[in-house]
Amino acid sequence: MDRNLRRRRISDRITIGLFMLPALVLFGVLVVVPILVAAYTSLFRWNGFGGLPTDFIGLDNFVRLLDDPVFIGDLRRGALLVVLSVTVQLPLALGLALLLNQKLRGRAVYRVLFFAPYVLSEVITAVLFDMVFSQNRGLANHVLRLVGLEGLSSTWLSDPSTVLYSVFLVMTWKYFGFHMILLLAGRQNIPRELHEAAATDGAGGWQIFRHVTLPLLAPTIRISMFLAVIGSIQLFDLVWVLTGGGPLNASETMAVTMFQYGFRRFEVGYASAISIAMFLISLTFAVLYQRFILRRDLEGAMTTMGDQR
Amino acid sequence: MSAPTRTARPRPERGNRGGGRMSRLLGPAQSLSLHTVSIIVGLIIVVPIAFALLGGFKDNRQLSNSPFGLPSPWIPENYLEILGSGSFWRQLFNSTLIALATAVIVVGVAALASFVFARYAFRGREMLFLFFTIGLMFPFAVAILPLFILLRTMGLLDNPLGVILPQAAFGLPVTIIILRSFFRAIPGELEESAILDGCTPFGFFWRILLPMARPAIATVSVLAIVASWNNFMLPLVVFNDPNWWTIPVGVQEFQGQYADDSAKVLAYVVLAMVPALAFYSIAERQLIGGLTAGATKG
Repeated sequence: MDRNLRRRRISDRITIGLFMLPALVLFGVLVVVPILVAAYTSLFRWNGFGGLPTDFIGLDNFVRLLDDPVFIGDLRRGALLVVLSVTVQLPLALGLALLLNQKLRGRAVYRVLFFAPYVLSEVITAVLFDMVFSQNRGLANHVLRLVGLEGLSSTWLSDPSTVLYSVFLVMTWKYFGFHMILLLAGRQNIPRELHEAAATDGAGGWQIFRHVTLPLLAPTIRISMFLAVIGSIQLFDLVWVLTGGGPLNASETMAVTMFQYGFRRFEVGYASAISIAMFLISLTFAVLYQRFILRRDLEGAMTTMGDQR
Repeated sequence: MSAPTRTARPRPERGNRGGGRMSRLLGPAQSLSLHTVSIIVGLIIVVPIAFALLGGFKDNRQLSNSPFGLPSPWIPENYLEILGSGSFWRQLFNSTLIALATAVIVVGVAALASFVFARYAFRGREMLFLFFTIGLMFPFAVAILPLFILLRTMGLLDNPLGVILPQAAFGLPVTIIILRSFFRAIPGELEESAILDGCTPFGFFWRILLPMARPAIATVSVLAIVASWNNFMLPLVVFNDPNWWTIPVGVQEFQGQYADDSAKVLAYVVLAMVPALAFYSIAERQLIGGLTAGATKG
């Protein structure tokens, strides 16, 4: 082999190694190792103190999970949040994205405004809405009284039957703008000619939406849906600050339960088992979603490319 | 933007296709309803924030009697007291320091890795890339317990590095994904000619690639700063010492401390919002560009 070429190859290797090293070390030590450690400690009964856990109990923590009404409740509440996000929040975001795609005076202002809550931290949002939902000094009941809907006023966050919906309202307030921006970007990537052609062929507004906009926006919708589901499964900050999971666990999520056990009750082994369950649920969902739903986007992209030729 | 030239909806007629933009002019009724919807949604966003802003100028009795009316009289004490206290400024400083340090580390480290991912072919590259992208799905919640124990062992509790380094690590996936796709778009000839001119790979990376990638660097930096600024769980467990609290931890603690003083809490919330909203108004384009690139190129 050419000596120069060989030297070049060796120097390439060195470059690859040196450039990749910091990322590998950082990611390995602070992301991968902790997750492996969580998997390991989930097999022990451990309070988190001292060196390494010693009281090995195999899968008992996981068995306990399946028998824990709070954890089972977490799954149910998580599922409800997922369903609400997909059926309420995303259609709202889609509607507004399409609306802001119209020629509308001030739409740039609306766009900036609708997205603004996404920039506020979860904690600030939660503290703000804690005040909004407050019984005496709060805004929500006051507004309902003003518009004559006093019957709808509620204790919002301290009633187990309304608390999860109140949390969902706050989630929607905070996150719909994010989905709207994604969908708006997706909508703007649809070539204008397609809508023009459909209109030229005599399609009405609804037909254009149903047969042109929606199918072409589907890849973005699927990504938006993916992020909404993962976000609902892993929800922590909003709930922790807004309700702490209460009352009577009625707004508790998996992450909140994990935090309670890990940092308040010092059952680190059990809390690790919850982390691993959360991880496995997210990963399974992501893999299945990737495999069965996002895959179509690749094929779809290829077929549209074929059409354009 | 070109002005609309037609005044009626385009009819299906010959010779009308192609060419200029379709000026889908809305009827007055439709336009009115679109405006109504936008204004209602806008109000739903603005009203809680305005409630907090005005509430901060009230005392608690005013707040109970008229949660949304204008304060009468205006009482600036809540705001002044917070602005005069050291702890708010301390938290602002901590949040800024941690966000900037996180951004520098994550962008620097990710840029090196993305450069290799984008420009070198080697065995295992796709596997390695997949390894990083799977990390997109790891929230702090999954790793927080062992991370806490690890940081405790390393003596990094109550140390800003205990927040900065993990944040940088968790930010790597999205940063690498965005930067790689950007670096790929830079023509290979540029690198070849630089190397022929005696440039080392690092020299090319540092003196040519990074300056060319400035918009992408700005975008990922903004994403990293916002993520760090809003992070709560990690600073919550790492910082026991109030001197290290960041804004989100400070807001939460303040809420606990002044549970009965709603007006004061509202003032704190408003002041805590200001830096984020100011940053958003400056960096809106980069932030939105980064999010949409991250979501569509993932």
